[in-house]
Amino acid sequence: MHQSTLAQLSAALESKQISSEELTRLYLDRCKKFNESLNCFITINEDEALEKAKQADKQRAENKHTSLTGIPVAQKDIFCTNGIKTSCGSKMLDNFIAPYDATVIEKMNAAGFVTLGKTNMDEFAMGSTNETSFYGPVKNPWDSERVPGGSSGGSASAVAARLSPVATGTDTGGSIRQPASLCGITGLKPTYGRVSRYGMIAFASSLDQGGPMTQTAEDAALMMNVIAGFDERDSTSAEQPIDDYTEKLNDSIEGLKIGLPKEYFSEGLDSNIAKIIEDGIKELEKLGATCKEIELPNTELSIPAYYVVAPAECSSNLSRFDGVRFGYRCDEPKDLSDLYTRSRGEGFGKEVKRRIMIGAYVLSAGYYDAYYLQAQKIRRLIRDDFQNSFKDVDVIAGPTATGTAFKLNEMMDDPVSMYLSDIYTVSVNLAGLPALSMPAGFVNKLPVGMQLIGNYFEESKLLNIAHQFQQATDHHQQIPEGFE
Amino acid sequence: MSLDKSEVEKIAWLARLAIDEQDIPDYSDELSNILELVERMNSVNTDGISPIAHPLELSARLRTDEVTETNQRDHFQKDAPLIDEGCYLVPKVIE
Repeated sequence: MHQSTLAQLSAALESKQISSEELTRLYLDRCKKFNESLNCFITINEDEALEKAKQADKQRAENKHTSLTGIPVAQKDIFCTNGIKTSCGSKMLDNFIAPYDATVIEKMNAAGFVTLGKTNMDEFAMGSTNETSFYGPVKNPWDSERVPGGSSGGSASAVAARLSPVATGTDTGGSIRQPASLCGITGLKPTYGRVSRYGMIAFASSLDQGGPMTQTAEDAALMMNVIAGFDERDSTSAEQPIDDYTEKLNDSIEGLKIGLPKEYFSEGLDSNIAKIIEDGIKELEKLGATCKEIELPNTELSIPAYYVVAPAECSSNLSRFDGVRFGYRCDEPKDLSDLYTRSRGEGFGKEVKRRIMIGAYVLSAGYYDAYYLQAQKIRRLIRDDFQNSFKDVDVIAGPTATGTAFKLNEMMDDPVSMYLSDIYTVSVNLAGLPALSMPAGFVNKLPVGMQLIGNYFEESKLLNIAHQFQQATDHHQQIPEGFE
Repeated sequence: MSLDKSEVEKIAWLARLAIDEQDIPDYSDELSNILELVERMNSVNTDGISPIAHPLELSARLRTDEVTETNQRDHFQKDAPLIDEGCYLVPKVIE
């Protein structure tokens, strides 16, 4: 049963093949059994989950349910969950019991999902390996000596190991797509503003976006139907009406025009990965798509621009952690300034401190124009590159990551190398576009993801292409050894 | 761009972060490397290009000035490290 997709579990519950309580127990047992080795959960909510599952069974018996009522989910520990510890992977929030639900959580609860627990992540979502977490690194179920990627590494690892059928993630510079690629699952970063940011602990507010991490594109569509939509409590929430994301899944992709950015297939890409992506593209051609080379000439500039915009916004957002109202407070502060500086110095980990300091520097007097303003101008160039491409093609395809999963500790002492590995993902966030990563094959038994980038609010098109690809391939059905 | 010890200390103060004296050389190297990466932006001439702050360039939404939230002070203060009668306590500011 644990190998089932969301769609299959929905059918199993509907036909009374299994109850939500049985299903929830089955997943909780797997979570407890495998969390020791994978470390993908910070918190497992056994009691609350079972109680919610019993409620779900009651709702089903009384015919007061949705098609997803009673299905377990793992929530990234960046989403506030009322009454449940919400740590964001940080010592700063190790004692924080969220006093309210994020909109994403509220919507999933209302749809009847059962929260198994809160997943591990890079501290405040800053990292590409999940090693910056206060709670220790998550392991990749495909190879326990490797990282799952980040920052949504716990969610990716949990879905790949089938400890949860689906999970939530957030993506500021690739944090849904890159771990999805490295763990062999499907991950969708929606258009900026499509999913509410309310109650999602802020890293870089003009880039952050929550989304589904699932086994299949169909499951991602089912989850989008629950979590997407306008929210007046998020000041940058998009007011556009939402699609039924499942509606176009079965459409043919005959005649689809795919753009292949030459910058995404240049020397930085591992040749084995390139081969997998080329094979994936041939598969899409077999389904009727046509391809042409396109140019995204400012791709190289996306990393430097991102590492100005994201730290600048993070230094502002994280100024709220001051040891006064919630979160970590240092022992015996001698004065107010000591309270602030030591609570922050002791509560934040090294990568977070680096980023806060870069942000404080680029925003400081005399440097604003040279850094922040220049980055915002480059942001326009990057966005314009994409918009020009979408005049000729329907969708852009390429690799999600430059390689397969890194070895543990490989990147820890070299932040710049870690930053450079985000080359295929960050420009999408700077432009605010939707993008999806789907399993496309394996190199040395490690998964490789293919990325599809769409124009604004074209999540349905990305899900349609990915679903058609998954009807013709079985990469997404592979389960790591020991977790079958 | 290379940051020396006094610049690292100044940035840490601006960010209200206490950092250990012994970690300053590492921060100095790492932050300098990051700034070097960031300065690759200067390879492109951006004269005449207007900056964007919001990817979709939407303007901020306005709403009517109505009370939508109720007072939940006690509930929110359950997470506070130190309170007294609804007030957050900090070390003495005024002698």
